[in-house]
Amino acid sequence: MNDPLAKLKRWFTGGGLLWPLLGLAALLAYDFAFVDGFFRLEVRDGHLYGTLIDILNQGSKTMLLALGMTLVIATGGVDLSVGSLMAIAGAIAAALVTQSEMSLALIVPIALCATAALGVFNGALVSVAGIQPIVATLILMVAGRGIAMLITGGQIVTFEHAGFVYIGNGHFMGLPFTLTIVALALGGTSLLMRKTACGLFVEAAGDNETASRFSGLPTRWVKLSVYAFSGLCAGLAGLIAASNIKAADSSRVGEMMELDAIFAVVVGGTALTGGRFNLLGSIVGALLIQTLTTTMITQGVPPAVAPVPKAIVIVAVCLLQSERFRNEVSGWFGKRRATA
Amino acid sequence: MSEPLLQMRGIRKVFPGVVALDDVDLTLRAGEVHALMGENGAGKSTLIKVLTGVYRADGGETSLAGAVINPGSTLEAEAAGISTVYQEVNLVGSLSIAENILLGRQPRRFGVIRWGETRRLAKRALARLGLELDVDAQLDSCSMAIQQMVAIARALDVKARVLILDEPTSSLDDQETAALFKIMRQLRDEGLAIVFVTHFLDQVYEISDRITVLRNGALVGEYETAELPRLELIGKMLGRKPEIVDHAAADGDDGGESAEELLAASGVGRKGSVRPLDLTIRKGEVVGLGGLLGSGRTETARMLFGIEPPDSGSLRIGGETRRLGNPRKAIASGLAFCSEDRKGEGIIPHLSVRENLILALQASRGPIRLLPRAEQEELCAHYIKALNIKTPDAETPISNLSGGNQQKALLARWLALQPKLIILDEPTRGIDVGAKAEIEKLVRSLREKGMAVLFISSELEEVVHTCDRVAVLRDRRKVGELTGSEITEQRIMQLVAHHE
Amino acid sequence: MRRYFPLMATFAVLIVLFGTASAMYDRFFTARVVANLFSDNAFLGITAIGMTFVILSGGIDLSVGAVLAFTMTFVASMVTEHSWHPVPAISLALALGVALGGGMGFLIQRYDLPPFLVTLGGMFFARGMAFLVSAESITIDHEFYTALQDIKIVVGPKAWLKAVALVFLSLLFGAVSLAHWTPFGRNIYALGGNESSARLMGLPVARTKIQVYALNGFCSALAGVVATIYMGSGNPAMGVGLELDAIACVVIGGTLLTGGVGYVAGTLGGVLIFGTIQSALIFDGRLNSWWLRIAIGVLLLIFILMQRQLSRMSAPTKN
Repeated sequence: MNDPLAKLKRWFTGGGLLWPLLGLAALLAYDFAFVDGFFRLEVRDGHLYGTLIDILNQGSKTMLLALGMTLVIATGGVDLSVGSLMAIAGAIAAALVTQSEMSLALIVPIALCATAALGVFNGALVSVAGIQPIVATLILMVAGRGIAMLITGGQIVTFEHAGFVYIGNGHFMGLPFTLTIVALALGGTSLLMRKTACGLFVEAAGDNETASRFSGLPTRWVKLSVYAFSGLCAGLAGLIAASNIKAADSSRVGEMMELDAIFAVVVGGTALTGGRFNLLGSIVGALLIQTLTTTMITQGVPPAVAPVPKAIVIVAVCLLQSERFRNEVSGWFGKRRATA
Repeated sequence: MSEPLLQMRGIRKVFPGVVALDDVDLTLRAGEVHALMGENGAGKSTLIKVLTGVYRADGGETSLAGAVINPGSTLEAEAAGISTVYQEVNLVGSLSIAENILLGRQPRRFGVIRWGETRRLAKRALARLGLELDVDAQLDSCSMAIQQMVAIARALDVKARVLILDEPTSSLDDQETAALFKIMRQLRDEGLAIVFVTHFLDQVYEISDRITVLRNGALVGEYETAELPRLELIGKMLGRKPEIVDHAAADGDDGGESAEELLAASGVGRKGSVRPLDLTIRKGEVVGLGGLLGSGRTETARMLFGIEPPDSGSLRIGGETRRLGNPRKAIASGLAFCSEDRKGEGIIPHLSVRENLILALQASRGPIRLLPRAEQEELCAHYIKALNIKTPDAETPISNLSGGNQQKALLARWLALQPKLIILDEPTRGIDVGAKAEIEKLVRSLREKGMAVLFISSELEEVVHTCDRVAVLRDRRKVGELTGSEITEQRIMQLVAHHE
Repeated sequence: MRRYFPLMATFAVLIVLFGTASAMYDRFFTARVVANLFSDNAFLGITAIGMTFVILSGGIDLSVGAVLAFTMTFVASMVTEHSWHPVPAISLALALGVALGGGMGFLIQRYDLPPFLVTLGGMFFARGMAFLVSAESITIDHEFYTALQDIKIVVGPKAWLKAVALVFLSLLFGAVSLAHWTPFGRNIYALGGNESSARLMGLPVARTKIQVYALNGFCSALAGVVATIYMGSGNPAMGVGLELDAIACVVIGGTLLTGGVGYVAGTLGGVLIFGTIQSALIFDGRLNSWWLRIAIGVLLLIFILMQRQLSRMSAPTKN
């Protein structure tokens, strides 16, 4: 069956990309109609500037977190520790950059390995000790920030290292470098998931763990790995965050970002119960949040109030995913679906 | 004879696509233990659910002590005097015994619970069963037997007149079963009508006064236990007359002893699941596990495949002693297991037919070396054709397929591994007649290829037609083995009935 | 006896911590320090008590910190900017808390939505609303409040319980009574222990679920009110992350996150542990606040692993 149109249709709707894209499109349409200059782009010093670019840039951290969170949620779990892991990555990198002569080429991998290792800790609690993911990742969520503050000695550590600053503020091919990072991360993860059997393993283990285990899938390893990966993504996001403000602010960085990441994944079409996941959908979900926030700012709504529409969107998405709700609504329209 | 206490007449229950109960009667007298028996799909649980208000019947009438009742919920049934104790007990394990007995009905004063009085009432409820327990103990920390007693105590405390016990002895040992039976007799003598749903033949003959047999949603008959010989009971359950013409094994093949030994289990058993047994399977053999539902066939298969590994005995695969502690090890040793629980242990519902089909094969290759798409599609096309799997295409989510086609796809998953021994647990359940024949043919063709098959089926005819040897199980232990021309429905039923 | 083990463990840890701090720091082992524990941690404690009930019922509520912030800001705004008397302002705020909680509970129960996500939405909503009421902190200046802040019950030399501590203790007493002496409380335990069994046993599962979230909404709002008394102002940025601290107190207190098992008294233990570590850090002066987070994280890990071990051991018949 090689009908390209049908394949496209299936990829579009079957992967659940339709709804988040529609949501994003609706928001952008609103912006187009009511916000002056939202879509204006200008080139300065060979770099592209504009509100759209800002959205992509500022949303890069959430996008990275959402990438890792997607796989964790696909296995039926959740990772609440990513905000704290961001703080740890920033703290380690800032400390090394200011207090040692190590090159960035060494510092970045060290920071990433640290957060990946902490992700392994999470994964072990979940897959080996059999602890509920919410509880297991709560531990690092609470303690992780403490560890980050310990590393920076409770201070906000500032740095001027050109290379490090470039990560979050530099430009590459006219666009912010963060976009390149996200693109590489998205591309790399997608390749890993689809060109190897990793994606299949994650989806199978998340959809029906028992059947997968009986078929010989190493479900324990799958679970362990996704948490390690989430840690890695958090580390990357943390480096960007630190670079953005040229400092490691351990007490504040990444605060509440795990919830934004979960939100992005759910809106992006991956069910909280696990199974099929949608990386691109999560990216779109993250963009949706960022666009929402930015739109509100341009409309003069204080950014602190921006969470209110987020709340409405979350509840709406949950309701749409709930079978009981869908049945009730179709009942209003006279169509009753038989539920045994 | 006394007036019947409970009378269900002409009960009919239909679900989309299937008639679960068709004109079924059930008559209970006060002061009797009444066994309700039937194989899979007989309609036992549906009938119980109608009686206890979980379902509403589509036809027929139920009356209790002369008055017509139509409970719409378990609460209503309980209020009418019908209480159930389920196999899984259905109490709150984290609370105490006293609390479980009185939950929802605790004695109060001004909205505040009187615990002293609660304990006293709980003790009294237990005393009725002749039990003296520490009512403050957490229910979870008590044995299954005790938990069941507590459930019964609660049921009685709500003034039950009909008590339904759904497979109460499955998790009990002999001593605990004896204690339960003592209580059942006492309650019976007090005038209670007890419905005893079970698979254990010996127990039915030990405790029940009358038996109702269902088959395929219809009533086969109601009998006095003392007047129904075992063989006849089994025949009625399976729809077979005791004196049927023996069906010889399809190929009349007596041989195979010279073939290479593939699996040799000796003294292999698991506490609470299967008593230690011996089983040998040779290359190119189809070995069947015969017996009634609940006799331990699936448990044996799961034990061999490493899902619930044995805690006694030893296992030799291909001549070498192995410990198969999990499915991965079993698969690596050349075993495959097609579960009877398609939905829970078989299909990955949201994934496509293709993904489901190649899953085990891919798992054996590891996460990195993805099977090339072209090969995957070729494999799918091959099995879709070979097994006649009806699906719009290989990318359809497997949950869209009918049960029978899902089963075939699962079979393909295992066959793709080209295992040495494939365990098929009820492979033809829920499949249409045409497909059944296909599967039987397939099983025989596997034999030609040198594969060995462990075949579990509740359909006697199938077992007789496809197997070279049959190990017969009853009440969680192996009671005999038949080879070649010994395999007849008659002989299998005799072994099950304990009737030499 | 075994089921009291987690509770005993919690209080054992508390005693050890308090003892160690007393040995290390002068004047730690005084009535004043103990009394202050109750005042300083009053709003955390009230929040944690409400959270205990939600977790016992098998659910979770992430909105509590945001509801606290909203209540604080709302009351402060009503009193200072709109010249309401505190009593009606507080009453309305409490009612709003109950309404939000009940609303979330309704959605969760009726449509079988995941509590995690619905209460996340509630959190976003309440937080946004708090900032809508006021973008900045508002000081409260009213004789009612001044009177409240002056209330003290002396319990020892230089040791007194302030109004906020009294509210905390009263709620604690009420909560323990509710949990152990009322059918509502027992229904919560049953619901969390085994929802399907609870339903089969005829308990009002749907109603109980909604009521539990409404109760928690009340507690979060009450915590907000208490915070206004403690701080003398309303601050919309307050309470970020409070829900996680509350959950940590509940878990360290021995309540299982899966529901059905735990004691309100345990949560008190968890809150006091939290407060003790914090007080000790202040006394020390050297050690900084991050040690609190690490210590809580370590305690969480220990208690979670212990609970897991206990639940594996105590249900031998479950297979």
